[in-house]
Amino acid sequence: MSFRVKLLSVAAIGLCLSAGSALADTAASKIALSNNYAGNSWRQAMLKSWEKVAGQAVKDGVVAEASAFTTSENQVTEQAAQIQNLILQGYNAIVINAASPDALNGAVKQACDAGIIVVSFDGIVTEPCAWRIAVDFKQMGAIQLDYLAERLPEGGDLLEIRGLAGVFVDDAIHSGIEAGVAKHSKFKVVGSVHGDWAQEVAQKAVAGVLPSLPEVKAVVTQGGDGYGAAQAFKAAGRPTPLIIMGNRQDELAWWKEQKDANGYETMSVSIAPGVSTLAFWVAQQILDGKEVPKDLTVPFLQINQADLEKSLETTEKGGVANVEYSLEDSQKVIAGK
Amino acid sequence: MLPVFLNAQLLRSALPALSLGVLLVAIFIIQPNAMSYFGLNLMLQYAVPIALATLAQMFVITVNDLDLSIGAFVGLVACIGATYLHDTPGLGLLMLAGCIVVYAGMGALIQLRNLPSIVVTLGMSFVWLGIAVLILPTPGGKSPDVIKALMALKIPAVPFPIVAAVVIALIVQAGLMHSSYGAVLRGAGGNPKALARAGWSMLQIKMAMFALAGFFGVLSGLSLIGLTTSGDAHIADRYTLYSIAGAILGGAEFVGGRVSPVGAVLGALTLTLTGSFLIFLRISPDWQIGAQGAILIIVLALRALISRGERR
Repeated sequence: MSFRVKLLSVAAIGLCLSAGSALADTAASKIALSNNYAGNSWRQAMLKSWEKVAGQAVKDGVVAEASAFTTSENQVTEQAAQIQNLILQGYNAIVINAASPDALNGAVKQACDAGIIVVSFDGIVTEPCAWRIAVDFKQMGAIQLDYLAERLPEGGDLLEIRGLAGVFVDDAIHSGIEAGVAKHSKFKVVGSVHGDWAQEVAQKAVAGVLPSLPEVKAVVTQGGDGYGAAQAFKAAGRPTPLIIMGNRQDELAWWKEQKDANGYETMSVSIAPGVSTLAFWVAQQILDGKEVPKDLTVPFLQINQADLEKSLETTEKGGVANVEYSLEDSQKVIAGK
Repeated sequence: MLPVFLNAQLLRSALPALSLGVLLVAIFIIQPNAMSYFGLNLMLQYAVPIALATLAQMFVITVNDLDLSIGAFVGLVACIGATYLHDTPGLGLLMLAGCIVVYAGMGALIQLRNLPSIVVTLGMSFVWLGIAVLILPTPGGKSPDVIKALMALKIPAVPFPIVAAVVIALIVQAGLMHSSYGAVLRGAGGNPKALARAGWSMLQIKMAMFALAGFFGVLSGLSLIGLTTSGDAHIADRYTLYSIAGAILGGAEFVGGRVSPVGAVLGALTLTLTGSFLIFLRISPDWQIGAQGAILIIVLALRALISRGERR
């Protein structure tokens, strides 16, 4: 079986080399999305983007199939089994948003050995045979402090809202914020809570810690928690600090409301869920025989005061500000531009 | 009505094997690719740690208790395995042995203080998870090469997971069902008072069963990191439910002493294959958990029907 797949992929690559054109060569290829979690607005938007862009690609005959598979709970063992089943189903490429950077390596290696192209994004895998489309989460934490240093030159006390404990994304953003605080030493983190990237959790956590805190100048966040934080400050009767937002629609709507009422200024940063479509095109390009570096970096999506209205307009209620990638956009990312 | 009675009993013990068979045939029809050495190997690999965890759960169910901490415990073992066992094998082994001792202590506590096992094990599950997160705050580590090599073993003709499952099932079957001490252990679940009167120490028996459960939990965790190649504190959160469902699917009952090691292993295989089956069927992820539950309920309903026939 694995030999046959290998042979097929060798034949496919040979075909690509001889034909050389862009699209037709992957027309018989099947790409699967293996996703570990679908329980928040970001992941829902990610799946929707995949459906839209990959679905269109199937209609246009770029690839034969592009199905999405989600495990019912965020579990490593389930996703590993899912990947193994996808290998059996004869997919040519598997695009993964992984539950764990390391623990899926066994299954990923098996897929590679079977001649399958594996592209991981957002939640990346460390297995060397796979491609990685990573977000510089650390930088996402650091730029928040850079922005704050510009806005509040005299510094002040900060409240940090972290994500889900034990997930590496939370650690990465947190270390970025730590590095930012070290760089801009006028700022001091006086409180830190886990908001689990969810408004309700963040609101409860912030409300719980507020009474013990001095006046907070600004709140650094990880996305999905800004609106909840604002509500907690309001309920406690404290002045609203500068809260960094995370591109969620409710956050943007609140920001707009404040902006109209009292000229509130902040910025918003997160990863566009459409990164799944970038991963799709990268997989397609690799199947097409293109040289693609193993490690790609995807820019995050930053919304500034001036872009607020436009972003809010294009963001669905309950959704996340998004960018979907076209084949051309993806080729630019691959080329490192 | 004697023939019907016999028939029902036979059917009852054959049910785990039958449900596994039906599922396998269905998978082979939908996905002919699966009917190969490579396919079976892939589909059943993750059944080995689940089968071991299911046996651990079965030991606890044997003495009328329930272990809600096995998933977190397997996660802890995975973390120890991917860190200490890899870097300093001696210390790693010592820690794993310590884990088993704590497990036996859990049995002693339940017996001595007459506490509900659900409460004690639920509490301990947080302790296990806490230690696991302390050892490995973020996923990572490396599993020892010996374990990796063992789990990737390629045996000619029959895939390794099947051989492993058969060997494990037969060993436990022989020990628990066909040895005299095994009969005592099972009796401790069926009628503890009678056993205590006959001079057996219930404390010893409970500790032995929980130690066995801990031992199989360790095996489960180690085999799991052999497959994943690295550890994660949350790697086996699902195993608590899987192990209970697997044991029950395999013919165990919550009235103590009624268990079947071979059935438990078959139950674990069935559970694992259910996942593959649903993916092959392309059932939308939103429905998968429900569909998995439905398959469980169908098998259990069949058993209830047979049991009713048995009683008449």
